[in-house]
Parts: sequence; C-alpha cells; structure tokens
Amino acid sequence: MRRREFLATGGALVIAFSIPRAAWAQDAEGAKLPGSLGKTPMLDSWIRIGTDGSITVFTGKCELGQGVRTALQQVAAEQLAVAFDRVTMVTADTERTPDEGFTSGSNSMKDSGTAILNAAAQARELLIAEAAKRLAVPSTQLVARDGSIVAPDGRRVAYGELVEGQLLHVNAQPHSTLIDRASRRVMGKPVQRVDIPGKVTGGVAYVQDLRLPGMVHARVVRPPQPGAKLRSLDASAARAMPGVVDVVRDGNFVAVIARSEFEAVRAMRALSDSATWDDGSLPPQEIHAHLLGLASKDTVIADRGTATSPAQYESTYHRPYHMHGAIGPSCAVGLLQDGKLTVWTHTQGVYPLRAAIAELVKMPPDKVHCIHMEGSGCYGHNGADDAGGDAALLAVTHPGRPVRVQHMREQEHSWEPYGPAMVTKARASLGADGRIVSWEFDVWSNTHSTRPGKAGNLAAGMLVASPFAASPPGTIPQPEGGGDRNSIPLYSVPRVKVTSRFIPEMPLRVSALRGLGAYMNVFSIESFMDELAVAAKADPVGFRLRHLDDPRAVSVVQAVAERFGWSTWQREPGHGRGFAFARYKNLAAYFAIAMDVEVTRESGEIRVGRVCCAIDSGEAVNPDGIRNQTEGGVVQSLSWTMLEAVTWDAKRITSRDWGRYPVIRFQHVPRSLDVQVIDRPGEPFLGTGEAAQGPTAAALANAVADATGVRIRDIPLNPARVAATLRRV
Amino acid sequence: MQWSRVIALLALACASCTAPAPMEGHAPGPRTFPASDIAKGANLAALGNCVTCHTAPGGKPFAGGYALKTPFGTVHGTNITPDEATGIGRWSEEDFRRALREGLNPAGHHYYPAFPYAYFTHLTDEDIHALYAFVMTREAVHAETPANTVVVPRFAVAIWNARYLHPGPARSDPARDASWNRGAYLADSLAHCSDCHTPRDKLGGEKSAEYLSGGDVDGWHAPALNEHSPSPVPWNVEALETYLATGLADHHAISAGPMRGVVDNLGRASHGDVHALAVYIAGMERSSPHRARGSEAADSSAQRGKQVYAGACADCHTRGRSADGGALPLEEAIALAIPTPSNLIHIVRDGIVPREDRAQPWMPAFRGALTDEQLVDLLAYLRTIDGVEWNDLNEQVRKADKEPG
Amino acid sequence: MITLEVNGHRHDVDVDPSTPLLYVLRGELALNAAKFGCGLGQCGSCTVMVDGEAIYSCITPVSTLAGRRITTVEGLGTVDKPGPVQRAFIEEQAAQCGYCIPGMMMRAQALLEKNPGASEDEIRKALEPNLCRCGTHMRILRAVARAGKLMGAK
Repeated sequence: MRRREFLATGGALVIAFSIPRAAWAQDAEGAKLPGSLGKTPMLDSWIRIGTDGSITVFTGKCELGQGVRTALQQVAAEQLAVAFDRVTMVTADTERTPDEGFTSGSNSMKDSGTAILNAAAQARELLIAEAAKRLAVPSTQLVARDGSIVAPDGRRVAYGELVEGQLLHVNAQPHSTLIDRASRRVMGKPVQRVDIPGKVTGGVAYVQDLRLPGMVHARVVRPPQPGAKLRSLDASAARAMPGVVDVVRDGNFVAVIARSEFEAVRAMRALSDSATWDDGSLPPQEIHAHLLGLASKDTVIADRGTATSPAQYESTYHRPYHMHGAIGPSCAVGLLQDGKLTVWTHTQGVYPLRAAIAELVKMPPDKVHCIHMEGSGCYGHNGADDAGGDAALLAVTHPGRPVRVQHMREQEHSWEPYGPAMVTKARASLGADGRIVSWEFDVWSNTHSTRPGKAGNLAAGMLVASPFAASPPGTIPQPEGGGDRNSIPLYSVPRVKVTSRFIPEMPLRVSALRGLGAYMNVFSIESFMDELAVAAKADPVGFRLRHLDDPRAVSVVQAVAERFGWSTWQREPGHGRGFAFARYKNLAAYFAIAMDVEVTRESGEIRVGRVCCAIDSGEAVNPDGIRNQTEGGVVQSLSWTMLEAVTWDAKRITSRDWGRYPVIRFQHVPRSLDVQVIDRPGEPFLGTGEAAQGPTAAALANAVADATGVRIRDIPLNPARVAATLRRV
Repeated sequence: MQWSRVIALLALACASCTAPAPMEGHAPGPRTFPASDIAKGANLAALGNCVTCHTAPGGKPFAGGYALKTPFGTVHGTNITPDEATGIGRWSEEDFRRALREGLNPAGHHYYPAFPYAYFTHLTDEDIHALYAFVMTREAVHAETPANTVVVPRFAVAIWNARYLHPGPARSDPARDASWNRGAYLADSLAHCSDCHTPRDKLGGEKSAEYLSGGDVDGWHAPALNEHSPSPVPWNVEALETYLATGLADHHAISAGPMRGVVDNLGRASHGDVHALAVYIAGMERSSPHRARGSEAADSSAQRGKQVYAGACADCHTRGRSADGGALPLEEAIALAIPTPSNLIHIVRDGIVPREDRAQPWMPAFRGALTDEQLVDLLAYLRTIDGVEWNDLNEQVRKADKEPG
Repeated sequence: MITLEVNGHRHDVDVDPSTPLLYVLRGELALNAAKFGCGLGQCGSCTVMVDGEAIYSCITPVSTLAGRRITTVEGLGTVDKPGPVQRAFIEEQAAQCGYCIPGMMMRAQALLEKNPGASEDEIRKALEPNLCRCGTHMRILRAVARAGKLMGAK
C-alpha cells in the first residue's frame, strides 16, 4: 500500500497491485536474483525515471560516511548510461526505499550495489527495447547515451519520453547485460564523494543539523549504572528553569524538554542532581575470568582431519570491551503529527528501528516513519538507535512538536553497546617440514548483535516503567559468523577443529562493532601464525604463503610484501616489522598489511612508521572510496589495539570521556600509510569497510614482537602494558 | 644584577678552591648485571624521576637533551644511556658514583647543580650500584647533548658545593618506623622533593631553614609540603599515596605541571616506596583543616571575573567530581591557595591534558578563549575564594605570556 | 543582549551570558559547521576561531566574546566559492563521516594563517587537540599541507 501511494504521487510510473514478496524472490527457472533484488524484486522499487528525465535511485542502505551513496550513484549512472550528476540517490527511508535490513557487515555493495547494478542494467535494456518499438529499429542497433536512446541514424528518444506506462514496474531478472568494462566511464573511477562539499562548508549534513519549525530540545538523564532503579525524582527545580517545556518520566526513563539546547542541558544537570537511584551493578574488573566462568553454548564449527598428537604450541589472547566512540554523540528528531510518528535517525537500519519504535510507543508500524539522516560515524550499533527510541518516546508526549534529542558525551560513552570482551585459545603442531599439521581454536564471546527490531533492544525500552523484552542474545550462523567470525583459519592445514563458545549472559551491554568477532579472531590467528613461524624458523610472509591456496589471497600477500620491501627490509635498533592477512568473513574482501614500528622499552610507547596494505574487494567501483575506508580501518584498528579499553569500577563506567578513554591522535598515527586497491573488474562486489580491522591489530602485535622479542597477546598494547611486559622479561 | 653578584662571589672564592683530579683510566664496568639489580635500579630510577630531565621532548628515554631553565641559564639533561661516544658507556661504577655523590664527571669537571647531586649524594652504595646496573643496561642511543647556556663558569660550582653540598647519609630517626625512615631517605636523596618544594636563595642553593616550604620551578609554584602546606584539604598518608601513584586523589586537584612527570614515574615505582614517601611527607603536614579566608568579590575586575567563572568554569566545578563528570570544587583546589597565581594561569590556559596515550582526567585548555584581561578578571575573582594575596595580576599574566604554551 | 561578530556579521543575541558559544552558533544563528562532540573541550569538533586563535566553542561562554572576531567554517567560503582550506579538504577527499572535519579545518586555518608553510610535524602538533574517529588522519594531514600551499600561493 505504501508503495502504491508513493508511486501514485510520483506521477511517472503507474500503480500496480501488491504482490507477495516470496513469489518474486526467484524467477521462473529458480535462478537467484542478484543482491537485494531477491528481497525487493520490483525494478521501480530501485529506479524511477520521471517524464522530465529525472532519475532517482533508491537504496535501503545508509550513508555512514563510508561513501556508499557515491559508489551506488556511480553504479547506477554507469549502467543507466547517464552522467554521474544526473542520478539522485534516496537512501534508507521506510516510506521510500527498499528494506535492506541493516547497513552492516560490509554488505552494502554486495547487497545494494549488486541490486542497483543489475536493476539499472535491466532498466537500460527496457528503455532500449521500448525505443526499438518506437523507432522501429532493432534494439541491437540502439545505444543508451546520456539519458537518451540513440539510433544509428542519429534519432534519439529521451528516457523521460520512454517511461510512460509501466516500463519499470516489472520484476527483476537474474541476468542483465552490463555495460562492458572497456566502455565504463564512471564505475572504477575515483569520483569525488557527493557529501563532502556540504560537510566542509556548513551545510545541513547530519541529523544533528536538522532544524524543524517549532522544534524543541531534549536531554535524557541516564541511570548511574546498568540496572539502577530510580528511587526518587524531584523535578520541581528543573521545571522552574528558564526555557523548560516539560520533564518526562516513565519508570527509569527520565528526560527534560526545553526551548533551546543549552537550556535543556542545564535542566538535565539539575534533574540529574535531584534524582536518587538504587544501585545497579557492574561486573568484576577481571572480566575475562568472569566471562570464562559463565555458561557457554559450545558449537564445533569446523572439524576436519584427525588429531595425531597433542598440540605443541598454545597461546591465549584477550580483548577488552571497546567503544564505537562516535565523535558526535547520538541524536534523533521525532515528530508526532496527525497520528503519525516520524523519526529522523542515524540508525543503521530504518526498518528494524521502525519495528522497535512501533512496539515502544504502541503504534502500528505503518504509522511510524523512520528516515535516515547521517550522523557522526558509527562503526556498528552505537547509541543511534537509542536516540531514535528516546526521540520517539518524547515526541509522542508532545504531539505536533518536533523533539530533538542528543546524548551527552558521558552518556554516549557509558551507555552505548560496546564491542564485546573476548578470549581465544589457539593450539597447533608443526610437522617435520615446518608446515602446520594440526590447528585448534576456541573462541569465547558474547553475542555481537543486540540490534533493535525489538523495543527491548532500545535503552528507552529497557528503562520505561513496563520494560520490554529484548530479543534473546543469539549468534550469527557461519559462514559469516558473529563472535566466531573468521575463527576458522583460511590456511590449508590437514587437521582443523574450531569451537565457538557462545556466552549468552552479557556482563555489559554489547553489540556490533566493526568487524564483530573477526577483529579478535584474526588478531589471534595472525599473531599465532607469527608465533608458529618463529617456531618453524620461517619468514612470516613465506610461512603464510606456504599455507595459502587461494590465488587472490596469495596475490594480496605478495603485493604487500613487495610494496613494503619485506625481503630487503633493514632492521634498526628498537624497530620491528609485522605482517598479517585475512579474508574478511572468509568470503569477502582479501586484505594484507605490513608495518614497521619502533618500540621504546622504557615507556612502552609504540610509534608506527610505514604501513603498506592491499585490498581486493572485487570490482572496485570507487577506488578512492575503498582507499579512504581502508585507511580509516587501519588507523581505527591501531587505535583500538594500541590504546583502547572500556573501564569501570564498582560504581560506574569510568571511561566516560576522551580523557579516560583515549583514542589515537595525530602524534601516533602512522608516518605513512599506503593502500593498494587490487581491482577485479567483473568480479562480485565483496565490500570493504571491515577488512582491515583484524589484520591491522595482528600486524601491530607482530611488529612489536619483532622489535622486542616479546609476544603480547592482550589488547590493548598500551604503553603501560608494553612497558610492564618488557620489564618482566 | 643577581648574575653579576653570583659571578663576583664565585670568582672571589675561586682562588681558594682546587679542581678535583680527573679520574680517567677507570675501566668501564660490566655490562651484564643480575636481573634483580636491574629491577631494583628501575624502581629507583622511577623514584628519582630521572627520565624526565634526561629525555628531550619526543626523544629517546635517557638520551638527554631536555632543556631545564634555571635562573642562571639553560642546562640540558645529559645522555645517560650506555652509548660510548655521547652517553656514559665508558663510565665505571666509580665514575657513576662520583657523578651522583660529588657532581663531577669522569674528567673531574663539575656538573651544574641543576643536576640534583646535592640530593643524590645521600644515596647508599647499594642503591648507586642498582642505578648503575639499570642505566648501563638501557638501549645505547647516540645523541649529543646540546650545549648549555649558563653564565656561571663550571669551576665556580666548587664554591657552590662548599656551601650546599653535604655528603653523607640521609637523615634518619630511630624513634620513627621503617616506613618513615625509608620515606625520609628517598625524599631527601633520589626523589629530591625539596629540589622544587624548598625555596632557593640567590645562589640557587636551598634555604635549608625553609625545608619544603614551597619553591618555584619552570614557571610553576611547588607548594609547601611541611606545616605551611596551603592544601585546602590536609593531606593524609592514604590520599597522598594515591596521589603520588596516580596523580589523582579525592578532594585534591589532579597533578599538573612538572609534578605530572613525577607521578607518571612514581606510578611505576614500588608501592612500598611510594607509601614510605607519603608517610614521610604527610607526617609533616598540618592536620587541622585549612580555613578558607574567602572574601567578597568586591572590585569590578572580580565582578567581571565572576561572570567568566560562571560561563567557563562553573558547569564542571560546581558539580564536583560526580558520576556524570564534573570537576573539583575550587574551594579544594590548591592552585587557589598558593602564594602566586602562576599555576592557575598555566592550568586555565593550557588545561591539564593527558598525554594522548594515557587514560587520565582532563581539564580543558582555555588558551585563546579568554583574553588576558578576562584571565586577570577570572584570577581576581578566584583569589577571593581562598582569600590569597595575589598582586599585580596583569604583570603575572604578562609574565606567563612569555613562557611557551 | 550580547553582540557577537561572526564571520564579519554582527548579531545581537538574547541568551544567558553563560551559554557556550557553540549553542549560540548552532541554535541562534543556525550555523551548522561547529559540532557538539563532547562539551568538555576534549575533542575539538566545536573548534572555531576567535581573534585568529582556534578555541573550543563548547566551553567558551558568549559573555567573554563581545567585541571579538569569531570565524566559523561558514566564514571560510561556500560550496560555490570554497576557501583554500575547504578546497584542499575536497581535493584530498579528506573526510569519512566528516563530523570532526569543520573543527579540523578551523584548527588548520588558525595554524596556516600564522604559518602557511607548516611542516608535517608542525601540522601534526597543531592538530593534536582534535579527534577523528574514522581514522581520516592521513588525508587530513595532506589536506592541511595542500591548503598551506594554496594559501601561500594566494
């Protein structure tokens, strides 16, 4: 119904009756439809061409600063044979775009890019076929060029003239003819990102910048620690403060609404001072021992070959809780008008958030409209959805008034769901030829997704007087995996056994952080590979190559080794070099990295010097976008691995600001960072965003081990830990 | 004027002093030491804050180059890594001992007393041995130490030594417990607390009668640690121990200025030794609560400053250190109770910003945000909180302007 | 009522004098570039220039700003006529989410107005107060160096 209304108002394409999705998921022969077309098969759900020739392309994915809007626009422009600027992109919006779930898992190009690639190619075919009829020329003689179909005799029909009728209101087909690689003008080119000019000139670029007429500002008061119960609240002082419109309390959910933002901040402080809480609780600080003491559900996810002898080598690795740590605290704007609730949000999934909000405010989902607007970079499930829930809950108390809520820094730091603390154990044996003959790996982890879909997954849903149940914590099945993502080695080893030990109980609130378990599992596997290489007296790069069969894996490894100058590297005192490789999820982008570091033994300080890496994420739509994302992944992973850990005491999360949760700054980013993009034209899009996280961490630890002779298996390798570890040996 | 007087004095006295004999010819000591000696030396080096003055900003630890500004010119911390050409790689343990005890290099030349040998002279042989084991096992770094720009000739230091260098064991008191005695030994030797916390006379020597009564260093005031301590909340052993080890104790300001490096190092020292320092120092402090002599903000500058405070400071400092952040109530801030506003000027301008790789509390920098006039107004208001006598605020702010930010 | 001079224009604003400049820029003057990041003077996403110096607008009360010259990213240029720092950031594609970038640009502007030939080490040091979470640092460094050249060439 929604789509029908929309299309009706859109004007260019006529209405169709709704058809059950399942019927369209596959075509008659049962061939799978490409990317997200399987879930949303109607072509005009993706591409609309107006009679004026305007081209609008719809994606259910969100621009998160990863540049996907630009890349998708390139794909559409290329296959529709129009100039890049001719295409207008519409991103995640529950009333306009397909439901593509979450923008996560480095899947946007695979899901949406593939869908738009094929949908646009098919649309072009349809336009050509229609023009063939009109011009009475065989379609094989027609070409699409700059928004028109051109005949050999020079006659041309503009797209706008061709779309009358239901031209694009058809089912997607499994195979469309793509613009051949040699004639591509937009795909594969480093097109400048469409969002950057606005961002560097003060445009309305983020939900934080949204100003609606009559908008009021809200701030929430969060409990001092998880599970704390509001015993008393005296709102009188806050209510009497200038500009205060209302104080809202629902159970443990507390917020203040004011005319201006700073008035809301002030009133929030007063409200916070007037609240008394019954203590909640925080887990013991020896978190890894605590986690190992909790019940786990164990699944053997890989078991091949038979063990011949006990393992010769064993190492255990630890990772703390990490924060997403968006630079801009989470924000949302809600408006209840004419019985309909609209929420502008920087969530990663407008449809799942809509479901959660509908449950939270007890409205039917079709009365809730979630519109994605960019926020500060999220890197996973941070406070964005919580802010959406807060805004929704507050907006319904003030119909007709847009309510903007933004979290404070300390709220973001202490309430966002963290990337989970983890433990891994690796065991292996080497054969007489120096090859690995057996490999065992165990990974202990909480879930890596408590994303909404349910109101109980929103902070507001947990805090209201009648709290909602969250989705039970679960795993993401292999081959993608969640906590066990990338826990199965890609290396060729006769005996492999991997056990995923999933811990349902969550001592702290956790959810998806860039790379999920792959960050820790690759850190562990690739650290262990170096430890085994040392044991085998082998060069770390050669040792990896000896165990790699996949030619694309071999090629990124060799590309990096060559660019870095691995074989000719000269050691200076205090310096070391490290290498690592992984294929994200064992089915997505290939990534290898080499770096040199200098370690100051006295202070434990690590300086990263030269970093070379290479990524093969299939066909490269925007090489500079891939480079930008990869640089970011490397630097962020260095920050996680060198510096970061969530801390707490008996009373509260203590890492509540940037002083207590240091992240990398300019003095510690690498001296140089070189990214090679290995383009694979014609190969499927594999996604880019998360490929660097795990290998970077391992390459750092390997370089530190190379520089100092000491293996550190616990993240973070911060100065205190490095210095203390070096002092002990 | 101070200069000419110093030089004249030294020159006069010089006739009567003889240069010590060089001690060249000693074989370098062993380069391998028992791990226990090295570990002991590492602890002592942390207690001595050695790395701070022997490391250039951003440079390699112990490789020298740190510029220490004294009233007599700039002295650079030397390279004390075992590099043979530029460090102390050719030093025997005896050379090392003589440097620490007598302030002489192996050639017999005097070090300037910016090098705290006047304190290290009290070190035991065992501790000197452990320190030697520690420094001689550091990574050798080839780094020339920049030339000093001191107007006093090196030989003249001999006169200074005659007056201010008192070799021999540190004070001890059999009536006190072991912790106190250990603390006294460390405080007066390695930790050289009084190097900063005791006022100096015109020759740059300690005014021994005013031991730990507060001194000045690098444009900062090091508050009195004795019964004259201005600390608004008296220190006790527990709070001081926590402060020394972490830089942060309840009801006390976070460490700042030159003390930052000291607590960074003490955080790596043995808990027992830090406890001992706390026992010794806190034992000197008055125990009665300090009475703030708060006066009304009367003059117009202070009135304007009150508004600056309300906008720039109050949001955090009136909340106190709460669960939601916030900062120390300024009634408890020692920077408002010391005889000069110098620390406060530094803190307001440059904040107390953690190194980028340390998790620490953070006071933001207001450099550029407040004009000099507004800073003066703020100081005029803040001095009313503790009723301190700060005069010439304009002059003080101007003076701080000349110091690097 | 306080009169503020922002990007060369005078504005009379009727707010509590303790209000931090950031809220006035965003709330009263509808300027988007300066961002709320921490409210604590720790991350630099609110950085603007006052009398040529980079400051944290989230902790600077408007009461201290009467008669002083405030510059935000909006004062550096527009989409159609970007200033050198803006141009350089676009040319280097020096943004991912971009939330920290206006603060970076103002910190850079303050540096380059004094020292357009700043070395990479000087740029790193100057930008040290500003945090970026996406890891765009390498591009930001390149953009600032490029902006220095553009400004020097002017």
